[in-house]
Amino acid sequence: MTDDAGGPNQNDFDARLQAARIREAVETGRDRTRNGAANNAGMGLGFRIAIELVVNIIVGTGIGYLLDWWLGTKPWLMVVFVFLGAAAGVVNIYRVAKGFDDSVGLGQASRRGKSDQTNGP
Amino acid sequence: MANPVEQFQIEPLVPLHIGGVNVSFTNSALLMVVSVALVTAFLTLSVRGRALVPGRWQSMAEVFYEFIGNMIRDNVGSEGRKFFPFIFSLFMFVLFGNLLGLVPYSFTYTSHIIVNFGLAATVFVGVTIIGFMRHGTHYLRMFFPHGAPILTAPILVPIELISYLSRPFSLAVRLFANMTVGHIMLKVMGGFVVALGVLGVLPFAFLGAITVLEFGIALLQAYVFTILCCIYLNDAIHMH
Repeated sequence: MTDDAGGPNQNDFDARLQAARIREAVETGRDRTRNGAANNAGMGLGFRIAIELVVNIIVGTGIGYLLDWWLGTKPWLMVVFVFLGAAAGVVNIYRVAKGFDDSVGLGQASRRGKSDQTNGP
Repeated sequence: MANPVEQFQIEPLVPLHIGGVNVSFTNSALLMVVSVALVTAFLTLSVRGRALVPGRWQSMAEVFYEFIGNMIRDNVGSEGRKFFPFIFSLFMFVLFGNLLGLVPYSFTYTSHIIVNFGLAATVFVGVTIIGFMRHGTHYLRMFFPHGAPILTAPILVPIELISYLSRPFSLAVRLFANMTVGHIMLKVMGGFVVALGVLGVLPFAFLGAITVLEFGIALLQAYVFTILCCIYLNDAIHMH
């Protein structure tokens, strides 16, 4: 291989390599969904959704319990915060399912997600 | 069959009580010391040569360095550079904890929720302090989306607050659940190998496959833990 093959030849090679990779991914895509990788990713997603729901309800309940203990309003705030925790869990699951990032604020996340889609390639 | 959760038992190796507080040196603490020692030895010894063209060990150390360096650059940007030592230590500690746990007869300290929670809480408190230092009280704006009607604040603010406070818990639980589930599965399958006699070849083959999968999960969970810390840090620094 010679060194002066840089310039346009190199670009051409990169383009062809990319095209070949995409073709390969499309052709083997069906095989990949049947075993290994896809199942593993599905398990990760499932884990994540389960953990988000459970953890948010527990944290909500904990906050409610502490506020009750502090303000002496047993058990009302705990009841309210269980439901708020569940709502937070569902909001986070919606975020996971929509593929938004993990930053705070669903409103901002959804706006960023939309602008990414319009600006992106 | 051996008890599948017996492997998570913490045993004091050097019993020690100071002022009524149990500070015994346990098998968990031993593995943490071993992992810190291994990480330090690996990184210092491998780059000792400082070769311009890296050898095998040096390129391994450089792969880790570049991996975390790129992760911070992509997720936090150039302002995240000064947090590199912390993020890198965190990644190596979790990674070596996960990997050392797969060595037979050792102990997985990342399968204890309090260890993960300690790490995650450090990140969480640090990120919150950085957020307030950089943005002051403006940081609280994050809990209320722009343009939402003010009447929805009593519902939206607690919801966002809960999902913010649940971050360290979900980080800790995710790592703990993945590690614990994997190790219990390995133990149960190992029990089948003994119990089934000649037919034990089948679970034994399955055991080999699961061990490979567990190595993958050990790497993946260390990666997930670190990248989520990067994302939280980015949130605090840039605050969209």
